[in-house]
Amino acid sequence: MIEIVTRPHREHFVRWAEHRPEVLVLSADLTSSCEADAFRDAYPERFFSLGMAEQNMMGFAAGLAREGFFPYIHTFAVFVTRRPFDQVAMSIAYPNLPVRLVGFLPGITTPGGVTHQAIDDVGLMRLLPNMTVLEAGDATEATSVLDVAQAIDGPVYIRQLRGEVPRLFPADAPMQLGRARQLADGADLCVISSGICTEEAMRATAALRARGLGVRHLHVSTLKPFDDPAVLAAVSDVRLGVVSMENHSIIGGLGAAVAELMAEHGVGRRLVRLGLKDTYAHGASKPYLLREYGLDAMALVRAAEDLAGARLDIDDAGLAAVRLGTLSAAEKTEDL
Amino acid sequence: MNQAVATSMPVAPGRDAAAEVARVADAVRRRVLAYTLKNNGGYLSQACSSAETLATLYLRVMRLGESTAPLVPRPFAGVPGPNNPHAFTGADYNGPRAPDLDRFIFSPVHYALVLYSVLIALGRLGPNGLDAFNQDGSTVELIGAEHSPGHEVTAGSLAQALSQAGGIALARKLKGETGRVWVFMSDGEFQEGQTWEAVAALAHHRIGNLGVYIDANAQQCDGAMTDVMTIEPLAARLRAFGADVHEVDGHDSDALAAPAQGFGSGDRPLAVIARTDPCRGMELMRERTPKLHYLRFKSEAEIRAYEAQLAAMDAAAAEDRA
Repeated sequence: MIEIVTRPHREHFVRWAEHRPEVLVLSADLTSSCEADAFRDAYPERFFSLGMAEQNMMGFAAGLAREGFFPYIHTFAVFVTRRPFDQVAMSIAYPNLPVRLVGFLPGITTPGGVTHQAIDDVGLMRLLPNMTVLEAGDATEATSVLDVAQAIDGPVYIRQLRGEVPRLFPADAPMQLGRARQLADGADLCVISSGICTEEAMRATAALRARGLGVRHLHVSTLKPFDDPAVLAAVSDVRLGVVSMENHSIIGGLGAAVAELMAEHGVGRRLVRLGLKDTYAHGASKPYLLREYGLDAMALVRAAEDLAGARLDIDDAGLAAVRLGTLSAAEKTEDL
Repeated sequence: MNQAVATSMPVAPGRDAAAEVARVADAVRRRVLAYTLKNNGGYLSQACSSAETLATLYLRVMRLGESTAPLVPRPFAGVPGPNNPHAFTGADYNGPRAPDLDRFIFSPVHYALVLYSVLIALGRLGPNGLDAFNQDGSTVELIGAEHSPGHEVTAGSLAQALSQAGGIALARKLKGETGRVWVFMSDGEFQEGQTWEAVAALAHHRIGNLGVYIDANAQQCDGAMTDVMTIEPLAARLRAFGADVHEVDGHDSDALAAPAQGFGSGDRPLAVIARTDPCRGMELMRERTPKLHYLRFKSEAEIRAYEAQLAAMDAAAAEDRA
């Protein structure tokens, strides 16, 4: 079974920041909700409450960064990327300041409805010059993303997970900048997934392989820059085509990045983009919304059927029966 | 610290500080008028309203070291980024960074020509420093950017500089630095919600090493601020938000300088509202009221009138020097 880690960011961040006195936290009234309460309690002199005032918070972060500090902004992804977009663009991104924007509740992971669901955050942050965009896909990445972000000379947007987070990747296999994880190999179909969609994709790829389809599966955590040669190689020589799968609009995010990559390199394969298809979502449970908007394992099965031109006879019970465990780095599932 | 020692252009012996401010302010009005004529347009009313405020900041308020920047501005070296080690800001025209020296954050960057003219009058920028003004590839831009002389942050999207200055001031507090942070703002920026978020944060975090000078000329792009969206009563609003507020005649250097005396060790931000006249020293312009934001000449006759105005001001200045 998959190990579930409770609040991976919360305690790890405290340990990680212990010997980094230049790391500060700026919060906008969502401190516990963004698992920054342990940091606040451990290092109150490095924690600054800026209230429900995100535009000003971005400016304060910029000023602190100009003076040698590393502000880690903690709030919901919508309030990092949408409300203060001009401030992020002008005060932080243009001067290439090392502000780390940690955005929680990506996409449909919240039942909070349209106001709380960040469905365009990756697109907005990818648009900004100088901005690096990272997304955590599991508990290992939710913690190791800090080392990746901290090493970057410039602003970083982190699409972060909170609460009960599965561990898909071994704790000793940290996120690496610009390096996708290959989770399976096969010659028929290439699946490229990010964030919480990777767990769904893993469920489907196991079932697809059992039906004799060769599935190559890559998990992407660096959404910008999008220049991993392994991704280009992976999409270049599959027989049927490529499926991208993301907890985000199909415009501006992973699917768009894959489409741009394939078009620019003349990769003449079909691409099916799974994600929110130019629609807002609404408040409901994660499993319900994954199904409603075609972000779940079954959606990937349907995409594979579309590319294969054949029904594969996989049902919900078959997908539910798939046993997932934490993948070891060396243990790649071979093509069947 | 003795301000006269710390500034690169100490007040000349035998002349008092107010007279020196008046000299700089007059030079600024003349230079901005000259460039407005040369370019058939410019932000002239901003020079008329803010000349004394900016001159007072440089001559009587801010503790700055001498400029470490070239007299002739560097060409644009590209936007900042991880792959551009050559990018720079224009802050070195305000001297080096040091724990005990002040910092200057310039917010309404459409006032850029006014600031450039102040820097020239103070010798921080050479007399030919504006040769590249508004030319392609130059840093001496029409709307100042952070690479423009005297500028330090990206502020052209108005009302963002105060928050950035707040972060700088907070950082300086954390580092135990005694230097202060001075922000120059226009009154129109008090229509933006971010400004009030910033003032609330400054007061809440007891940031008492940041002072703001506001050029309250009561006019903006669409016309009189009272018609577009009033911000009054500004002093009462700022006081209610927790600032130490002083409302002064923005053309009176003594009144402008007084609130800054001894400032920097308390726990409240300082706000000096400089009530100003956008036509000060340029009566000719008053007929355009309330559309004063950007002056563009409408006729040859008008150009002749402003040329005559400049000639008269230049002659008066020459007489003063003699």
